Amino acid sequence: MMAQTTVEPGAGDSGGTPSGAAAGYRPFATLPFGAEFRRQASRRRTQLALGFMVLLPLIILIAFQFDSGDDDNGRGEFGSLVEFATSGGLNFTLFALFVSASFLLVVVVALFCGDTVASEASWGSLRYLLAVPVPRARLLAVKLLVALTYSALALLLLAGTALLLGTLRYGWGPLRSTVAAELEPGEGLLRLLAVLGYLAVVLLVVAGLAVLLSVSTDAALGAVGGAVLLWILSSILDQITALGVLRAFLPTHYSTAWLGLLSTPIQTDDVVRGAISAISYATLFWGLAFWRFTRKDVVS
Amino acid sequence: MRSPSPAAWIRRALPTRRRALAVAAVVVVLLAAGVAGTLRPAEPDLRTEAALITVRSGPTGDEPVELDTTLYLPPAAAADAPVPAVLLGHGFGGTKESVRADAEEFAGRGYAVLTWTARGFGRSGGQIHLDHPDYEVRDAQRLLDWLAARPEVVTDAAGDPRVGVVGGSYGGALALLLAAQDQRVDAIVPMITWNDLARSFLPEQSGEGPEQGVFKKGWAGLFFGSGGNSGPAPLGGSGPAGGLAPGGGSVPGGSLPENAATTAGAVDPSCGRFAADVCAAYLRISTTGRADPAAVALLRRSSPAGKLDRVEAPTLLVQGAADTLFPLTEADANAREIAATGTPVQVAWFTGGHDGGDGPKTDSDRVRHLTARWLDHYVKGEGVAPADDFTFSRIAGFDALDRGLVASGFRATGYPGVDGTGQQPVSVSGPAQSIANPPAGNPAAISSVPFAGELSSLLDGVAGDIPGQHARFESAPLPAAVDVVGAPTISIRAASPTGTAVLFVKLYDVAGDGSATLPNGLVAPIRLEGLAAAVEDAEPVTVTLPAIVRRIEAGHRLRVVVATSDQAYATPVEPAVYSVALASGAVTLPTVASEPIPTDAVVWRWVLAGLLATIVVGLVVVVAVLRRRHRRRESRVHPAYEGVPLAVRELRKEYADGFVAVSNVDFEVHPGQVVGLLGPNGAGKTTTLRVLMGLTQPTAGEVYVFGHRLVPGAPVLSRIGALVEGPGFLPHLSGQDNLKAYWRATGRPWADAHFDEALEIAGLGTSVHRKVRTYSHGMRQRLAIAQAMLGLPELLVLDEPTDGLDPPQIAEMRRVLRRYATGGRAVLVSSHLLAEVEQTCTHAVVVTKGQIVASGPVEEIVGESPSVLLEVTDPVAAREVLDRLAGVSVLPDGDGQLVVDTNGTARSEVVAELVRAGIGVDRVVPRRRLEDAFLALVGENSRGSGDR
Repeated sequence: MMAQTTVEPGAGDSGGTPSGAAAGYRPFATLPFGAEFRRQASRRRTQLALGFMVLLPLIILIAFQFDSGDDDNGRGEFGSLVEFATSGGLNFTLFALFVSASFLLVVVVALFCGDTVASEASWGSLRYLLAVPVPRARLLAVKLLVALTYSALALLLLAGTALLLGTLRYGWGPLRSTVAAELEPGEGLLRLLAVLGYLAVVLLVVAGLAVLLSVSTDAALGAVGGAVLLWILSSILDQITALGVLRAFLPTHYSTAWLGLLSTPIQTDDVVRGAISAISYATLFWGLAFWRFTRKDVVS
Repeated sequence: MRSPSPAAWIRRALPTRRRALAVAAVVVVLLAAGVAGTLRPAEPDLRTEAALITVRSGPTGDEPVELDTTLYLPPAAAADAPVPAVLLGHGFGGTKESVRADAEEFAGRGYAVLTWTARGFGRSGGQIHLDHPDYEVRDAQRLLDWLAARPEVVTDAAGDPRVGVVGGSYGGALALLLAAQDQRVDAIVPMITWNDLARSFLPEQSGEGPEQGVFKKGWAGLFFGSGGNSGPAPLGGSGPAGGLAPGGGSVPGGSLPENAATTAGAVDPSCGRFAADVCAAYLRISTTGRADPAAVALLRRSSPAGKLDRVEAPTLLVQGAADTLFPLTEADANAREIAATGTPVQVAWFTGGHDGGDGPKTDSDRVRHLTARWLDHYVKGEGVAPADDFTFSRIAGFDALDRGLVASGFRATGYPGVDGTGQQPVSVSGPAQSIANPPAGNPAAISSVPFAGELSSLLDGVAGDIPGQHARFESAPLPAAVDVVGAPTISIRAASPTGTAVLFVKLYDVAGDGSATLPNGLVAPIRLEGLAAAVEDAEPVTVTLPAIVRRIEAGHRLRVVVATSDQAYATPVEPAVYSVALASGAVTLPTVASEPIPTDAVVWRWVLAGLLATIVVGLVVVVAVLRRRHRRRESRVHPAYEGVPLAVRELRKEYADGFVAVSNVDFEVHPGQVVGLLGPNGAGKTTTLRVLMGLTQPTAGEVYVFGHRLVPGAPVLSRIGALVEGPGFLPHLSGQDNLKAYWRATGRPWADAHFDEALEIAGLGTSVHRKVRTYSHGMRQRLAIAQAMLGLPELLVLDEPTDGLDPPQIAEMRRVLRRYATGGRAVLVSSHLLAEVEQTCTHAVVVTKGQIVASGPVEEIVGESPSVLLEVTDPVAAREVLDRLAGVSVLPDGDGQLVVDTNGTARSEVVAELVRAGIGVDRVVPRRRLEDAFLALVGENSRGSGDR
């Protein structure tokens, strides 16, 4: 029990710094990136999400083994992605990305970014971090960086596993699609990396939205679900052509522009516009998140 | 001290909810403005006048015919402010409604636009004479007269309106023929139209005339069918600006107005609304597949070819590359003829056409821009003269978003023609091959399907050669990409047992994986006569292949295919076997020295770079400013509180809903003290502690820790250890890992943490390795206290520390806290339990309803009170007795109990007085100050623990 507790007098008497901080305390050394990374790594949620990124290509691969070869996968460039999926490791990776880009990756990014502050608030540990004190802007910045790192990790794990499995199963061949006649493996790999990069940029919008919701609520589920819901809403609105030019302002409007990176010659116009849109939205959402988080009363 | 900043003042002045509402309102207004700005029609004041105008034309100029017209007037047009005019023609099979969108656009640019339905179509009367100079062209001349009479239209002279003529396909040829026939036309923009109608329908690519031509039966049939009975689908593609909107405008099948049927009541079912001579010519050609001189003459009559030397109106020729009906060579011929007389001519190619429609948006935008610039300069007299440049575009790929095509534009100085500015020969090889002509042309190769849509010629699956019916000659993979712009040529030799042969020569682009693409489905038909029987003896024939704009990528091959049949053409009925071989071993590819037209994509790239730079600079500035501000504020020390662990000054916290949680809270915690913050639930203890921890912004007042003003995130917080509002741990980590994770977050050295002491205080034993999720309430509480003590902070703030602990643990906790406060450290404990504060603390601060009601050393507060609690048999009588005693007052209370302030009078004296009066005294309980204050202000309703 506590009976033998001894407290050394004077051990804490250390207020010598001009800011009045305790010895060894430096605001910009609080909540180091590694510490937050480990905090998140220990969570089952993180492990499951990353694990699923590894599992998904395997599931797709197994599913393709049931392919009888006579099904109709539809027309157009999407159909072609399905048809070509088994033509090589690069195409398999592209297919895995294609099927995950519109929803799975959105959920995963929303999970990493939306849960990060809200879950601390719901556990009550947020107030202890703030009392350390971790400066609020630093807390949010580190949490955002770690969440983005995990999101990038998820993306890379998905692509990397798919590339590995696809290459082992279907071989190392050129990247095929109807929009690009055929790309040499080296060139194809570069294009694939460009696609990954663009996907990462587009997903910044989800990250921004999720972080904004995360600092606005104590319910982690609300932040994650809210970000996904708004993303879906934007996708639905984007289907309504009657909205005309307004659609270009929807954060999801350019979400499939990465297909242009597969064509020959490479189409970067929409990619550039999409990047502008995504970065603007992400900056806006993050700006609002920082504004709100550095001012709000933490009452959880 | 620091005066509140303006921002803070505004924040206070505007309650949160109203602030949120204001922000929301601004956002909604901006959005609404955006939506309104986008959806509002561009020209709300556009006036339109629809009228049936009767014009007199025909060879003698006196045959009346009614034309269905609409005049679009811009808002500014008036008799005293006349505007220039545009005569806008439609494509074959369309009506004036097909060009409504273009008309509105021109009107929006300040032109009076007259559209009309050509004779033989829609509600207009008359018959189709195929842009006959005496009929359709003369009709248009009468419309010029009509325009000149309108007061809203500028005239150059009496009866000479200032007018430009724009049209696509059928309307384009009309523009050319009208400009050749009537010098009042100031500028023309013919699009996707013909130069020689005979050549268009009976092409021959080895240099022979239409009499030797191969009948383009697919297109001809569609053309004739759609004109027959005011056909179902308008033809003529949807040329950009002045073109046609496909599917728009044709009147319901066969509903001819009665007055329109000028020739007899009955319509010849084989001719529909075609004029008899046109109909007869068509029937003759399509029956034999050959054109007789009369038919050629009839088609030539309707052709600009040979008449264009009379055109003086500056001409912008727009032609589509995806056009198997009127290929690029037609515009080339028009351009040459017009330019020969010195009239300004500009040529633009785009990727649409009769097969390709408007083409991608970048293309239609370019054509729109060129048209507007042309008209603005030559008709309106505004803007600089368009430079002598030639623009063209190439399909660059698919648009990932709109599922359409993307084109990239190029510009060259001067029109190079279809031969290009340079030629690149590419060797092709292959043995002489024998190919069979199928009887009655069936089965036939499919190169293009008229009107099948813009993708038909680009996607694989349409182009297909029949085995045995075609010969192939291939090149080696190209070492470098070639940008073909123009008509390639090749020389072949052919032999036929009959002496004649109809052949189709095509140039395929073969990708590395073997997939072959026939650019735009274009083929070069040739009819050869006087052929030798053996290919070795045959004379070489030079074939001009269709003009294309295409990049042949490095590594791709060229494949020349010579086929005997094609679905789109009429071929000899008799079966035969021909031999074909290459004459020269090379295809000559024309190229054009050009530069890419800068698109807005470049601008967007700069925007992206600018955006990134702005974000980086903005971030650096914000961080620098904030850091500087923090540093300045943090280093300031209030001299009066320099050695005081905690000084709270006039603290006030008002929530957004107006609830005042605390007001005027003032107290100090000095070294060595254990201060108890005592109050019932909702008294404001937790709010005070929240402010103390920098979790909440106070509305007013200050908190000083060792003289440093405490704001959220102030570094001096690192000298405070806290337990506020219960424990907060990561449930998936063990107790020990939680403490480690917490200390890691402080960024301070491990040695400063004093883990062992903290764990000892927690007293969790081996449970410290279990996950916090499995802990009981008390275990978490102990872990939280241990966490607060990590690093042995100089001020320990504990909110209800004994919550959830059992009595021995509570006793132990008291000892720990007392000991902790020795050696210069201080402890602030909040509690709603009087006894706890009394036993643990050296000092106490009593709060209720957000205000301090008592404070001071516990001994002082807990000391004997001048008041006493009496339980008497007759409270009413007792009250009377006591009231009589000097200095003694009865405090309000109930339940047969009296709380009496003796005010110096001895208790024994008071009791004696009551007994003397015959009142029985059951109990006499002396009271203490703290209890007094607490109960008097707090009441008796303070509830048990765990109910905060």
